[in-house]
Amino acid sequence: MMQFIHKYGSPRYYYQWSRGWQKWLAIITVALLAIGLYQSFFVAPPDYQQGETVRIMYIHVPAAWMSMFVYMVMAFSGIVALVWRIKVAEIVIGECAVLGASFTAMALITGMLWGKPMWGTYWVWDARLTSELVLLFLYFGVIALHGAFDDPRTGAKAAAILAIVGIINIPIIKYSVEWWNTLHQGPSVTKLDKPSMHISMLIPLLIMAIAFKTFFLSLLFMRSRAELLSREKNASWVKEIVKEMS
Amino acid sequence: MRLFYSILYRDLLLAIRRRRELANPLVFFVIVVSLFPLGVSPDKELLSQMAPGVIWVTALLATLMSMDAMFRSDYDDGSLEQLLLLPGPKVLLIGAKITAHWISIGLPLVILAPIMSLLLYFPTHAIGSLVITLLISTPILSLLGAVGVALTLSLRSGGILSSLLILPFYIPVLIFSTMAINASANQLPVSGYYALLGAFFIISALLIPFAVVAALKVSYN
Amino acid sequence: MKEFFAMGGYAFFVWTSYAIVAFLMIANVVMARMKRKKIIREMQHLAEES
Repeated sequence: MMQFIHKYGSPRYYYQWSRGWQKWLAIITVALLAIGLYQSFFVAPPDYQQGETVRIMYIHVPAAWMSMFVYMVMAFSGIVALVWRIKVAEIVIGECAVLGASFTAMALITGMLWGKPMWGTYWVWDARLTSELVLLFLYFGVIALHGAFDDPRTGAKAAAILAIVGIINIPIIKYSVEWWNTLHQGPSVTKLDKPSMHISMLIPLLIMAIAFKTFFLSLLFMRSRAELLSREKNASWVKEIVKEMS
Repeated sequence: MRLFYSILYRDLLLAIRRRRELANPLVFFVIVVSLFPLGVSPDKELLSQMAPGVIWVTALLATLMSMDAMFRSDYDDGSLEQLLLLPGPKVLLIGAKITAHWISIGLPLVILAPIMSLLLYFPTHAIGSLVITLLISTPILSLLGAVGVALTLSLRSGGILSSLLILPFYIPVLIFSTMAINASANQLPVSGYYALLGAFFIISALLIPFAVVAALKVSYN
Repeated sequence: MKEFFAMGGYAFFVWTSYAIVAFLMIANVVMARMKRKKIIREMQHLAEES
């Protein structure tokens, strides 16, 4: 396991093997998005209660899932960075923070635009949206902390600790917000949670969810490779690559 | 264990010498609580409903303001580095500093809050739960705050950044405490909330010092 | 066709949502590309100077 991590995490090897993955993930993303969008708009039926606004679900829910998933990737990289001091893991932390914040913003914005026709107001302090908002704050914290240090390696280590403390606190925060919400629940129950979903809606949703994942991974590779070149700029293998490109 | 007590004694001694500075967050607490009736309305019904939340949020903010005192002066004059070199488990050292911080700010808040709550027409039978929730939760606030301070110790504008980092983690403490107080105000059972807060405290007390030690290592990089 | 775009009256909400998500996704890709180009350009300058 250790050898595996050290081999695939070594900057030079990572740069090589990630290239192929990035390209293929990008292609898969485009394909899945095309299929998923077609399914979402033309195959899935309009909702019996919500009408056509249910189409928003096919991007809101994947975005929300990603906001959580990316945080977990970030915290996991944090552990790898702190325990084994893998440089690539340190870079991944920084990139995940920005990408995760993007997805959280997507979830919040689409949530608000879904909420207005449903509940009449753009914002509602329901458990889901409130949790996403707190998650956005957590991401901002990691981004701010990471960028506040002059040495990016120190910044990454600090961000790693924050991410790990965060990942332990996120379930507690979600639980407390849900509890808070049910206590203050108005007569209208949130319609974003569906008790059971028909298969014709589930399939487009899953396709879009996977598409978002591959999109994230492909972007992560793209950004981390660029950042890696910058951080390792004094290494001979980097100088070779730069020379070949000119 | 001797390490714990000697550091605790040292920090408390230092706190007593600096009591003027330490009083500032408490004065902040008093003033800000008074701002709410001025800014919102002196209406009894309204204030009475808002009181638990207002007291609690203001207590949170006052605690945040006092966080810097935990490590900064020791960091600035180099004594923290020396303390970290002492033999013995560093987590005990951290635990002692956090305990000293709580005694110097959390405990005074527990005493001040019920007095200030009278200004907000706090439901009188719920004041007991206010004291209990603050008593259990202010150590949690000190613990969580310690992580933020330790991470930003080496940064210039570390104070405000540390506050931004810690505040989201304060949210569950805030929610559970105010829910407990509201339950008590409505004569509903509260012991469940106290148990939750107590569990949160125990978990934090056990795990957080390790995170703080790791964060201090990063700051001393 | 017109019915499709009208989205049952909810056109603004549905299309704005998709537009913003699309914008954020494309912006991310574009920024990642630009970052890479900028880094490579800088390193090429450094290599030329030495």
